[in-house]
Amino acid sequence: MIRVTDLNIEFFDHERPETVVYDFDLTLHEGEIVGLVGESGSGKSMSALAIAGLLSRKDMKKRGEILFEGVNLLDCDRKTLRKFQGNEIGMIFQEPMTSLNPVKKIGWQVEEALRLHTDLSKEERKKRAIEMLQKVELHEPERVYEQYPHELSGGMRQRVMIAAAMICDPKILIADEPTTALDVTIQEQIVALLKRINQEKKTAILFISHDLSLVHQLCERVLVMKGGYVVENGSADEIFYHPKEEYTKKLIAAIPKVVRKTEKDS
Amino acid sequence: MRYAGKKILTMCVTLFAVTLFVFLAFHMISGDPVTSMLGTQATPERAEALREELGLNDPVLVQYGRWAAGFLKGDMGTSYSYRMPVSEMIVDKLPVTITMTLMAFVWMILIAIPVGLYAAKHEGGVVDRIITVVNQIIMAVPPFFAGILITFVFGMIFRLFTPGGYVSYQVNTGKFVGYLFFPSLAIALPKAAMAIKLLRSSVISELKLDYVRTAYSRGNSKRSVLYRHVLKNAMIPVITFLGMALSDMIAGSIIIEQVFGIPGLGRILLTSISNRDYPVVMAVIVCIATLVLVVNMIVDVIYGLVDPRISVE
Amino acid sequence: MNWKKIRKNKNFIAGSILTGIMLLLILAGCFYTPYNPNTMDPSAKFAGVSLKHLMGCDNFGRDIFSRVLSGSRTTLIVAAGTVLIGVVFGILIGALTGYYGGVLDEVLMRINDAVFAFPSILLALLFISLLGSGKYHVIIALGIAFVPSFARIVRSEFIRNKNMDYVKSAKLQGAGDFRIMFVHILPNTMTVLLSAIMIGFNNAVLAEAGMSFLGIGVQPPDASLGRMLSEAQSFLFSAPMYALFPGLTIILLVLGFGLLSDGLKNE
Repeated sequence: MIRVTDLNIEFFDHERPETVVYDFDLTLHEGEIVGLVGESGSGKSMSALAIAGLLSRKDMKKRGEILFEGVNLLDCDRKTLRKFQGNEIGMIFQEPMTSLNPVKKIGWQVEEALRLHTDLSKEERKKRAIEMLQKVELHEPERVYEQYPHELSGGMRQRVMIAAAMICDPKILIADEPTTALDVTIQEQIVALLKRINQEKKTAILFISHDLSLVHQLCERVLVMKGGYVVENGSADEIFYHPKEEYTKKLIAAIPKVVRKTEKDS
Repeated sequence: MRYAGKKILTMCVTLFAVTLFVFLAFHMISGDPVTSMLGTQATPERAEALREELGLNDPVLVQYGRWAAGFLKGDMGTSYSYRMPVSEMIVDKLPVTITMTLMAFVWMILIAIPVGLYAAKHEGGVVDRIITVVNQIIMAVPPFFAGILITFVFGMIFRLFTPGGYVSYQVNTGKFVGYLFFPSLAIALPKAAMAIKLLRSSVISELKLDYVRTAYSRGNSKRSVLYRHVLKNAMIPVITFLGMALSDMIAGSIIIEQVFGIPGLGRILLTSISNRDYPVVMAVIVCIATLVLVVNMIVDVIYGLVDPRISVE
Repeated sequence: MNWKKIRKNKNFIAGSILTGIMLLLILAGCFYTPYNPNTMDPSAKFAGVSLKHLMGCDNFGRDIFSRVLSGSRTTLIVAAGTVLIGVVFGILIGALTGYYGGVLDEVLMRINDAVFAFPSILLALLFISLLGSGKYHVIIALGIAFVPSFARIVRSEFIRNKNMDYVKSAKLQGAGDFRIMFVHILPNTMTVLLSAIMIGFNNAVLAEAGMSFLGIGVQPPDASLGRMLSEAQSFLFSAPMYALFPGLTIILLVLGFGLLSDGLKNE
């Protein structure tokens, strides 16, 4: 459904150009969940932002192709790109505390994509938004609709982010470290929520994380990145239990023991 | 609403403290008004009788209460030098100061918001750099010198207005407002420059925040990110500044009145200071102080409306 | 601050050069002015700009350049005095309230906020009408009006610093409160304070000029830029240069310090 070939990203806002992603390839099929793992600075977030069309065009050079519904997202005009963003491609981010606009009501932010991409009336939008808030398992969605971000906890805000990203039923959801800033129990809930969304709506999910155990819980296929390169690519089980690369082994070793144990038990 | 109530209460307390301070200060220095009213030759009995009649033998706080109560009823005392009620001297001057300050405020907003947004949107561009440099210079111009320059350029060279040709609002409102056009611009210019600088840096730093990326991810255009998401956030620090600027401009109008020959509160204040006409000085200062406090209160309330995080605390 | 950083900091360089030149000129003016600033020469009334009179002469035939030099000196003395009062009392109040907190903090800060809400020129006018005009009264009046803004800055810096590790370790070594406040914390507030001092200096220059312009600031025979401007205003049509030079001097002074302050902030 979306095919990325030979993606190269090069920065030149510092004194010398700096390549952050080399020859990145990825195919994401309908209903599939793919994990993208690596430590910070490995280029995984850059690749994800590029797919979502969120890399600024000024300070960097991009080569390659991101093909979605017959359009190359890398070099299409902004208007075409905007038609996909929020509508066909949704995205959620690492920091739920800062990713929502602090001075706008939750409802306004959740239904924003509807306002931009559909002709629904105000009432219909509100109805959809409240349904969506319910779907992401927020209690009292009517109340949340009228609240401001600072009145919600981190986990609730991340649910709001998911609701906002999913409101137009996008084909792809890009989740950039969506659980990193949350504590462990909330992490599990969010992962379960993403899994349910994927099953119900057949939404393809690109799940970016540095936590291999979470990726293993959620994803069928995993790409491991290091220093801008994809170093390993395979099924989640294969990579988790039989890693080929030394780097992947280190990533697995970095998982706290307790979590890994429950992982094996389950 | 509770927030607004709290702010109004704070304002009343401050107003009480300020008026009490002003009253005590003038009470201490103004000496015995009876001597100045009767002359030094008066018999002690007559002076004592007048003192009793004026209530000058009462404790200071009682005198303050009487003065404050009178003030609320519109009785601001009698001018020493003009022998007329202070309220009569002030009442028809108040609209001059208020109109001029409000016009200056409108000028400031009209200049600062579009220019500040433009500069922020085109950060680093040629126009932005020119704006930054010009801004830095304008910020250094004292308002009264701006007034002199405007008088020279627009009044004397282009003859767009007649310096000194003030028309009272009681005679012709249109011409009155027309005459205040340039004086209010002179008050507004340096403040507008500061507001531009603040708004520009505020927008630029907001644009780097995470919620902006979220807004783009939903398919917002650059324009709607700026106007629908960033502007309200970026205005939060600017509003505080605009409020402070407005109260500064109320006080600044005293100086600009002198440049353009406008008979407002400032002129009364200055003549009364040099004549040591304390009831008038007190009344004008209390009036200006009240205006300033009301402005601050309104700004606080607006601040609470714009920033939802405030009203909860 | 290292040299490479300073070389990139355009505001700092421009500000230093401008302020340096102005201060040098004013300093030179303390020892030598081409003419006595107060000597009237009827034959030179409104003399134009020439080598003899660099900025021309005023309505009494006084040399404007000499008067600008001596007027800027007065302005600088007033501004320095004002900032000194503001900083000393601001540091005292800010340090005590920020470090100890509690009821003292609550009460002093309420008063502080009330005073802070007032335009400094209005406060200064109030004090002038109580004290009478004149150079020293202007310094006192503006100084008092400037205390709250400094107190605020120092207080928030003290609150920020008082729980830091270096303060804790100083406490462990047995340093007394007074020593911690003024030997340990105060030096750490300098960058912020310095930038605030520059801004305060500018506000003081502008306020002094404004008050002297109104005739309630510095009194003759002290020359003052504000008073020169108010005199020049009557001759604006016939001798625009008379107003231009004192005005430009104020602008350059304020611009220099403004740039320096910006430069320090970016450092």
